[in-house]
Amino acid sequence: MNLNDEERAILAGEAGPIAKLCLEHQIAVGDFFGAEDFVPVTQAHIMADTESLGQAGVMWLEKLAKTEGGQRRVRIPTITDPRGTDFAKAGQLRQTEWMVALERRAVDAFTALGVSMTDTCINYQTIQAPTRGEHVAFGDTGVVIYSNAICGARSNFEGGPSALAAGMTGRTPRYGFHLDAQRQATLRIRTDFTPRTLNDWGALGGVVGRLAGNYWSVPVVEGLEGAPGSDAMKHFGAAMASFGSIALFHLVGITPEAQRLQDVGGDKLPVAHRVGQAEVQALQQAYAVDKDIDVVVFSAPQLSLYELRDLAALCEGQRFVRPLLAVTSPQVKPDADRLGFTQRIEAAGGSVLSGMCFYQSYAREIAEANGWKRLATNSAKLVNILGGYGYVPMLASMERCVEAARTGRIE
Amino acid sequence: MNDSRSFIARHAIGKPVRGQALVASDGFSARYDLDRLAGVFSRPAHKLAGQSYVGRILVLDTAKGGVASAWMLHEMASRSKVPLAIVFNTVNPILVQGAAFGGITMLAGFDTDITQAIPHAAEVEIDPVARRITLL
Repeated sequence: MNLNDEERAILAGEAGPIAKLCLEHQIAVGDFFGAEDFVPVTQAHIMADTESLGQAGVMWLEKLAKTEGGQRRVRIPTITDPRGTDFAKAGQLRQTEWMVALERRAVDAFTALGVSMTDTCINYQTIQAPTRGEHVAFGDTGVVIYSNAICGARSNFEGGPSALAAGMTGRTPRYGFHLDAQRQATLRIRTDFTPRTLNDWGALGGVVGRLAGNYWSVPVVEGLEGAPGSDAMKHFGAAMASFGSIALFHLVGITPEAQRLQDVGGDKLPVAHRVGQAEVQALQQAYAVDKDIDVVVFSAPQLSLYELRDLAALCEGQRFVRPLLAVTSPQVKPDADRLGFTQRIEAAGGSVLSGMCFYQSYAREIAEANGWKRLATNSAKLVNILGGYGYVPMLASMERCVEAARTGRIE
Repeated sequence: MNDSRSFIARHAIGKPVRGQALVASDGFSARYDLDRLAGVFSRPAHKLAGQSYVGRILVLDTAKGGVASAWMLHEMASRSKVPLAIVFNTVNPILVQGAAFGGITMLAGFDTDITQAIPHAAEVEIDPVARRITLL
């Protein structure tokens, strides 16, 4: 990679051992992908849950935080993805003391490095959405795909070590979706079905993700009607990223870089796939293997204030026979409390959790501790993930999930 | 340049390794697909479900899913519950970042479908400097 004077100085150790280590890591990644140079970034977002970090990751962070000399804190605003617990509700989830203790150690280490513990995967709804053309270094695939597609910002998937490195150096290797050429469409998909529910949006995203198939594919979708809202795009993008490892999509006439099909080169592509309601229903039907439900979860991504508002309305006057968990960010939770949404959900027997995400919170261990296996959710991303954790996840609308919490069955 | 026993990748990282290949035309995500404590593929729908990946050279189609794999490869390496190397037709940045952080050998990008070119359970050798995987 071509390095400028500042980068050569960092590599020579003039900014201290942490910055040097971070830049060396970034050069290794940049060399792999043939990056010519670095691009400055304005924000970084780090996956920071200890279920991912493990003991080894926390110890690595602690060692970094104790390193003497030179720059010891991040250079740019650097925030975190959900933690592995809600400290106030860890006992209710039957998480163990070691999990909570490891989380606290991770928080201390990140904080010492200057990282702001925002604990959210919906920072584009709650902290600060990036703008079109803004280069950022975001972790969490849902955050990246939303930022790239809906905001027109520029990020690759940045895993925890790389996002922290970007925070420390204020730059990232210029490859992938930082480049104009990579942002052109590679796959043209036509649909005649515009979803109305979040689970349908997620399922459509999952179908498109499976068709696109890998990180370097950029699907352009035509045929959607109207202007979908932020929560719809959140579920659509998160599922597409989850099912297909996709980091950027375009919706003709909707997303900022594809006001016209030809803006992203879609006019030069044949229509490769036609997707309709049947494909969206088929994806969901594939998960409908049992009518009995052990737990209902709304998470992945964390819920917005509007989603909590809708959920609270559905919970009004209900009495649940199964646990119902609704997971949101620490930024949204106080408003949900203040506006009475939390009280309405919890009066029905549900729980509103903050700062975590279900699958990032020792999902396998809490399943065993609580006897949870059959799980209902309206998140397509969550059903795609949880099979590997031993769950039998089912995808349904928010209304049907709430009904499942009331009856113990999903009809 | 490929011959019948050697295949050249466009991208490579890590140190030379030799071992038994575990091959499938399927994806890979540390979070989605693995029981990382047991060291086996755990997602029921995965073509390698139930098989141990520890010490094997995984030859798979593409990197899937989440950002977590970057931390997880490092954590798996710390407990010696890690593949010896991973070989992909196409890779995403997360797995590369995880390989760089966890010290795991990785190849990606071939002119042929590498999951068809390498037989399951074959003994193979990887030379990252030459960006080459060779059937022994």
